Amino acid sequence: MANRAASDRPPIVALIGNPNTGKSSLFNALCGGQARVGNYPGVTVEHKTGRMLVANSAFKSIELVDLPGTYSLSARSADEAVSVEVLCGEMPSVARPDAVIVILDATNLERNLYLLSQVLELQIPTLVALNMWDRLEKEGMRLDAEKLSDSLGVRVVCTSASKRIGIAELQSALLELLDRGPGADSQGILERSALASATFPEAFRNSVDELEAWFVSQGCPLQRFQIERLLIDDSQAHSHRVIPKRIASAVADRIGQTREHLASNGVSIPLFETRARYGWIKQRVAGVVERQAREQRVSTSDRIDRWLTHRWFGLLFFIGLMFFIFQSITGIASWPMDGIGFASQWLGQQVESMMGPGPLRSLLVDGIIAGVGAVLVFLPQIAILFFFIAVLEDCGYMSRAAFMMDKFMSALGMSGKSFLPLMSSFACAIPGIMATRTIENRRDRMVTLLIAPLMSCSARWPVYVLMVSAFVPKQAVLGGWVSVQGAVLFAMMCLGALVAIPVAWLLKRFVFPGEPSTFIMELSSYKWPSFRVVAMRVWERVLSFIARAGTLIFVTSVLVWAAAYFPGDHSLLDQTTAKLETEQASPNADPAKIQAWTSQVNQLKSDLIAKSFLGVAGQWIEPIVRPLGWDGKIGVAVLASFPAREVIVATLGTIYSLGGAQDETSDGLAENLRSATWPDGRPVYTLATACSIMVFFALCAQCVSTLVTIRRETNSWRWPIFSFVYMTTLAYLGAWIVYNLMSAWLVP
Amino acid sequence: MAVTTLNDLQAGQSGTILDVEGNDSLAARLLEMGLIPGELVEMIGQAPMGDPVEFSVVGYRLSLRRIEARRVRIERT
Ligand SMILES: Nc1nc2c(ncn2[C@@H]2O[C@H](COP(=O)(O)OP(=O)(O)OP(=O)(O)O)[C@@H](O)[C@H]2O)c(=O)[nH]1
Ligand SMILES: [Mg+2]
Repeated sequence: MANRAASDRPPIVALIGNPNTGKSSLFNALCGGQARVGNYPGVTVEHKTGRMLVANSAFKSIELVDLPGTYSLSARSADEAVSVEVLCGEMPSVARPDAVIVILDATNLERNLYLLSQVLELQIPTLVALNMWDRLEKEGMRLDAEKLSDSLGVRVVCTSASKRIGIAELQSALLELLDRGPGADSQGILERSALASATFPEAFRNSVDELEAWFVSQGCPLQRFQIERLLIDDSQAHSHRVIPKRIASAVADRIGQTREHLASNGVSIPLFETRARYGWIKQRVAGVVERQAREQRVSTSDRIDRWLTHRWFGLLFFIGLMFFIFQSITGIASWPMDGIGFASQWLGQQVESMMGPGPLRSLLVDGIIAGVGAVLVFLPQIAILFFFIAVLEDCGYMSRAAFMMDKFMSALGMSGKSFLPLMSSFACAIPGIMATRTIENRRDRMVTLLIAPLMSCSARWPVYVLMVSAFVPKQAVLGGWVSVQGAVLFAMMCLGALVAIPVAWLLKRFVFPGEPSTFIMELSSYKWPSFRVVAMRVWERVLSFIARAGTLIFVTSVLVWAAAYFPGDHSLLDQTTAKLETEQASPNADPAKIQAWTSQVNQLKSDLIAKSFLGVAGQWIEPIVRPLGWDGKIGVAVLASFPAREVIVATLGTIYSLGGAQDETSDGLAENLRSATWPDGRPVYTLATACSIMVFFALCAQCVSTLVTIRRETNSWRWPIFSFVYMTTLAYLGAWIVYNLMSAWLVP
Repeated sequence: MAVTTLNDLQAGQSGTILDVEGNDSLAARLLEMGLIPGELVEMIGQAPMGDPVEFSVVGYRLSLRRIEARRVRIERT
């Protein structure tokens, strides 16, 4: 505290608590932040800071840090380790917090107090937020917060973070805590004798004393709590961070000896700690909580559960739900899509009517509007997809899905824990890969992380929807309930997940063999999804989609346009186009002239694109992609979409706007694709080609951000390279098989 | 007095926890999650394929695999 005043930086306050207790909701309420909220354990997996402005105080603002949830400070997974590191001041990017708010779920006090009992040992000023206060009554409980505050010796504030109740009280309690000078009374720091560690066996406490002195003699003074963790936890992660390499082996010896000594004195590590802490908790909560006997209340959550995890109804419901989501995305989203598609075409025509033919107009119309516009068309579908995802995440079904899939996942050598990151990879692989931090078992985590990019993320939607709407017949079957287009989309969605099954099995078998993992997971209770949470999630994704279209996709579109425009001489084309446009605009147009010039324009266009950089590159690539049923243009478009999958739609948009046939009825990219031909006049795109492109994109690793995230989470380039190679190979093989099967069967 | 393990409870049955077997980190984790001696546990149901199992303990729902549930000794009530 003293050195904070000196450096004049805002005080840092960490929010910590068990998973799913409302830390991120409280963070958002306190500082207007945008942390992700969801009703399952493990939503937050990294620390996130936000600034809370305060008036009438010694400091102008407070820096809040939202942390991943953890059940204890013996971190068992990578996300829990983040919380422990921040709290102990071991995280390089965050200074040691000046105060902590421990968020307790009021409906589950005893288990939540376990973490508090450990946090108190850190001797940081502490405040307790007793959250979910609104749920107490429904659960048939009564809780005396004042009594709890007295018995803990820490200030307790009752809050309902999601309803924004008790936030002002929490703020003023926090300011009071921070304003008190060091050494003042009731700072939220307990006397040693009042801590749970005071009830540890005497032999253990003596050993910690000895080790404390020993570490000082080694020139590496440690906090008492850190020494206790070294002795108790068998994970080596913590010791790597706090102990300098030069004494690492001496420390390991010393710890080993001490453990043996303790074992011979009847101290059973690690069990004595949990026993002692729960003993401490029992004393503190005596007379604080009153619970009705379970028989007196019927939990709606349990009743819903009986159905949703039912032997066969549960699985049926799960599959039906997924199918319903895909069907409604194709159904509901078509009209706003038509609207946006119309708008971007209208914009193109406006530009064409305002300026004469030339490179600048071509850049605007063919490069930017046809490229970026083609991707923006998918905005409504992305919004609808994320609406469904947000509802699923916030209603409490996600942890049930993990529960139901555990048996299946364990057949692959993993656990239900892996299912949640995989589910979120259906939105985007990047948060999915980050979410693997919640998996305790390192080998499970690696396998999950490597198969996550196979799940059908939202960036694949544009590719699928474009191909499906252009080449799959618009028909309804089964009495109009199922559309063929919807069914093909559904199949594409499932493809990656189905391929992931053998891949996971092989990886687990040959690359990461090991002991089976455990599945100890809290199941959150069902509730109505909150409007704020759902709206924020959709809004955030819509913004990031637009941002991507404006940056990454914009740049690639311009580059692809340049490659397809240069180095040819466009003067003859521009002249002819100008003549054609004046003729079309004149009241007594001559149809014969229009026809002649149109075909001349089309001929010139396709000659120019064939001689452009892109056309030449296409000729090089064509032999490689020919077996997949693609021409050189598709080959180049696919190569150019290495930064992100949806870029393919933009590059195809640009290529066919520059080189595509121009006629009166041409409406948009889908039409341009349908009218593309090989030199001999056969159409390039058949149903088989479209499916081969879709299968390629279902399985390929065309996403730079995913590869970069894999590199960051695994700390090595080996795994992103491995992912890229294995996925591209699968994609090529898959596309080849599908193209050949379909052209053999479908061609009469 | 009928001493069994959590694994032997049927849906709707409950018991009082006696202790958690073993003193490895799995046992510590189970304790951390609130499976403390003296607490009442009820079995709520099982996943479609019989494993894992959902329990109600200290006011929340916990999922355990059968092999983990076998570690927790209880007295039926
Ligand atoms: N009824 C009620 N629900 C709440 C309250 N606070 C949060 N929630 C809900 O609880 C769920 C979890 O909230 P989060 O803020 O994501 O919890 P968290 O602690 O950040 O969770 P992790 O990041 O997974 O550790 C969400 O569905 C919230 O809407 C509250 O005071 N009352
Ligand atoms: Mg959170």
